[in-house]
Amino acid sequence: MSTTLTPAPKKTNRIGLEVLSYKGGKTTLCAGCGHNSVSERLIEVFYEMGIEPWKVAKFSGIGCSSKSPAYFLNLAHGFNSVHGRMPAVATGAVLANRGIMGVGVTGDGDTASIGLGQFMHLLRRNLPLVYVIENNGVYGLTKGQFSATADLNSKMKTGVVNDLPPFDCCALALEWGATFVARTFSGDKKQLAAILKAAVSHNGLSVIDVISPCVTFNDHEGSTKSYSYMKDHEEPLHEIDFVPHFEDISVEIAEGEVQDVRMHDGSTLRLRKLDKSYNPTEKFDALGALNEAEKKGEVLTGVLYVNTEKPNFLDMLNMDDAPLATLPQSRVRPPKAALDELMEELR
Amino acid sequence: MSTLEVSPAEPRSSESARRIINDFTIQVATVNGSGSQTANSVLMRSIFQMGIPVSGKNMFPSNIAGLPTWFTIRASRHGYIGRKKEVDFLIAMNPETAREDVMTLPPGAAVIYDEPLKLNSLRSDLHFYPAPFDKLVAPVCPEAKLRKLVRNMLYDGIIAFLLGIDMEEIRKALVKQFGQRKAKAATLNFGACQAGYDFAASNLPKTDPFSVERMNETAGKIIIDGNSAAAMGCMFAGVTVVTWYPITPSSSLVETLIGSLKRHRVDKETGKATYAVVQAEDELASIGMAIGAGWGGARSMTSTAGPGISLMSEFVGLGYYAEIPTVLFNVQRVGPSTGLPTRTAQGDLLSTALLSHGDTKHPMLFPCSPEECFSMAGEAFDLAERFQTPVFVMLDLDLGMNNWMSDAFEYPTKPLERGKVLSAEDLKRLGGFARYKDVDGDGVGYRTLPNTNHPGAAYFTRGSGHNEKAGYSEREDDYVNNMERLNRKFESIRGASLRPAVDTHPAAKIGLVYAGTSRYAVEESRDQIRKEYGIETSSLRLRAFPFTHELVDFIKGHDRVYVVDQNRDAQLLALMRLEFDPREIAKLHSIRYFGGLPLDARTISDEIVRQEGL
Ligand SMILES: Cc1ncc(C[n+]2csc(CCOP(=O)(O)OP(=O)(O)O)c2C)c(N)n1
Ligand code: SF4
Ligand SMILES: [Mg+2]
Repeated sequence: MSTTLTPAPKKTNRIGLEVLSYKGGKTTLCAGCGHNSVSERLIEVFYEMGIEPWKVAKFSGIGCSSKSPAYFLNLAHGFNSVHGRMPAVATGAVLANRGIMGVGVTGDGDTASIGLGQFMHLLRRNLPLVYVIENNGVYGLTKGQFSATADLNSKMKTGVVNDLPPFDCCALALEWGATFVARTFSGDKKQLAAILKAAVSHNGLSVIDVISPCVTFNDHEGSTKSYSYMKDHEEPLHEIDFVPHFEDISVEIAEGEVQDVRMHDGSTLRLRKLDKSYNPTEKFDALGALNEAEKKGEVLTGVLYVNTEKPNFLDMLNMDDAPLATLPQSRVRPPKAALDELMEELR
Repeated sequence: MSTLEVSPAEPRSSESARRIINDFTIQVATVNGSGSQTANSVLMRSIFQMGIPVSGKNMFPSNIAGLPTWFTIRASRHGYIGRKKEVDFLIAMNPETAREDVMTLPPGAAVIYDEPLKLNSLRSDLHFYPAPFDKLVAPVCPEAKLRKLVRNMLYDGIIAFLLGIDMEEIRKALVKQFGQRKAKAATLNFGACQAGYDFAASNLPKTDPFSVERMNETAGKIIIDGNSAAAMGCMFAGVTVVTWYPITPSSSLVETLIGSLKRHRVDKETGKATYAVVQAEDELASIGMAIGAGWGGARSMTSTAGPGISLMSEFVGLGYYAEIPTVLFNVQRVGPSTGLPTRTAQGDLLSTALLSHGDTKHPMLFPCSPEECFSMAGEAFDLAERFQTPVFVMLDLDLGMNNWMSDAFEYPTKPLERGKVLSAEDLKRLGGFARYKDVDGDGVGYRTLPNTNHPGAAYFTRGSGHNEKAGYSEREDDYVNNMERLNRKFESIRGASLRPAVDTHPAAKIGLVYAGTSRYAVEESRDQIRKEYGIETSSLRLRAFPFTHELVDFIKGHDRVYVVDQNRDAQLLALMRLEFDPREIAKLHSIRYFGGLPLDARTISDEIVRQEGL
């Protein structure tokens, strides 16, 4: 559990920055919107992890959710792009500048409808990126239409009933080759923060589906993405402790059944099992558990799947260690002899 | 071969006396997928090696195999390399089209054909040369499954005899084509070629007037297609992120680029690439990646054709508003969906110039030749980074996919222009910056890249609503001021725009304005108008949009200006309408061709004659 493992927030973090350096602009989202809680957790997580904010780049599509990069980490570059196509922008930026730590924020409309294709291909490429889906089952910004993650038979505020089955972004991510998949709830501060920290430590794409209620259009009786529905139906898979690489893991003595996952940066994701048969490094366990939960009408939360072995997109492209953006001319313009040789071949 | 029924038409005496040297068009009619490409490019190259100006154009269907395709080779001692409508020498290899191909030939043309087609009965005013291709290929190509390909080399041999092409040049061209590693293939093909030559020498008495004679007009020159030239230009311009989605006629640009990058841009010591190429899932993604990469500081590019441009529209608008550099190659082709996607056009001029929603306009470059594809690629990256905006390089299928004779490219000596990017040191010195502030009066602000090691480096990028400091704003004055600044930036781009190539004749009342590949037809047409009507003309070849004052001066200096368009709706003229005042517009007249083939001189001349009432 992050808050007990990390020393109580002092005035500055391990790189000497105050939490203020991680804040964003004032939110313009509705009071009580789940998305605001996610922004708060992101501030807290980057502060506690001691990451230089100017190394982070924030990406989003279009939606209330996609506005939120303006509300955390003002000292990080941000790019609010076009609807559903943040994956492409993030891909280009990370290729251009591999030193950045990418964080994408998207909505269920942005990812599961207009951007579904880009989401699939992002997974296929395993781009190093934290990909947060703020999932409220509706299009908030266009005033409350159903999205493709709305549950069958769930009700719109006007009483209209959704007659199409939902896409489960976690199940789809697993099918399409994800290397880190988690589901959580914006109201579950501890779990959300621990998962975000693990995602930040993951060397590849981490997909986090955060049920993030829309208080204005989808928080009523009959909604399956409301605060009260989540309070009644959230079913955590495990309790999560995250021990960052810069802390001594031996301090904490684990009790009960515990599974440790060693993350790329040396951090440890410690999962205290609530269900003995579950192994988060097994894709089919994850799919099975999601399937089971769906049958029982539960919303399963926690780290569903982690694979720390699969190469990321930058590895696959065999790219230079230096960021492409700042390579000097001498490394990107071949010498005259190369042109002469090419010309000779064409004579 | 005495058993053959060889029946060339009786040559008309006047024709046998008249010799036509280095001035004819050969057309090879084949079936798509029959492997005639090697034979055609070897034929073209061997004429080129004899020092004779030559051009080659492939007219192919949107199909992998089975539909008819025509390859034309024009040799011109005058140096004309545009398309010529009339075919002088037909090589009829496609039974499906042979009849029609023969019927449309002008009198006096020559035909090499596969004997069983019995084309000689169709007309009596042509020179027919039948050859039994199947019988000839069997002995020189023992491996039956290769025969379909090798068979084509026979016609190279036959025509080499008839035109007087040096067989040694054919051998050299074959070696060039196959390279050292495939020396066996070169030998096999040359064998077939020799068999064709020998057959012709002993069975086909020459009756047509066409022949080649060595010249010295191609020394030092190269043969290359526009797409490959552009690809080379990108590599030497230091491109770092390339994103694409396959589409004819643009695919070969990136495919060639990938090959070149692998060869020249992988670090010898580390074995690591100084570039990234991504084949995206579609053009929505390829442009998104290019924009993301440009934002992140890469020299990024994508390449596509009309359908892809349409899909990219939204992102390009964001690129304009958010001021992000990237380069887009648009290798133009005919209209949407199935039908003529493999035919050439310049039909995206207007839609590209104004691509996207809101007030958007984009710089475009119009290369006319491989040299310009090469140099303008570099120019485009410099423009994009200097002015922080998407820049388009407008090729067309004719330029991109056909082989052109070209001067060798000059190594770029100008350093890469990376634009106004503030480093951590700059920020330390300045204390901060305002992303969209017009500090220098040229409309171009200063930007920073993500991952700049300074707490003041960051700014937030979004579309229409931002103030000078990149803060969110929906204020009327912020929007208006920003849009006015973007206009100032566009004027700065105009100032830096490539100047047109102008050729004014002091006595000319008529001017011709055109862009890109229209050049070759226009140049030849001006000669035709001079020779046939004694009328001098001036010409101005646009090399970029936005247009510069040279164009206005040119219009002012002539009574009538014909704007040549390779599209139905006179798009180049329409773009000029957007920029000029009514007095100038009143002088503009339109010449349009949009049939899908490369523009030819006669089409232009006929239109001038008609509109001038000559
Ligand atoms: C191409 C395009 N189509 C439609 C829209 C309109 N639009 C804006 S936000 C949105 C849906 C956002 O829903 P979601 O991603 O779930 O975000 P939320 O507001 O619920 O957080 C739509 C359809 C747009 N901006 N762009
Ligand atoms: S409309 Fe819904 S999603 Fe949008 S800000 Fe308000 S509560 Fe959040
Ligand atoms: Mg939503």
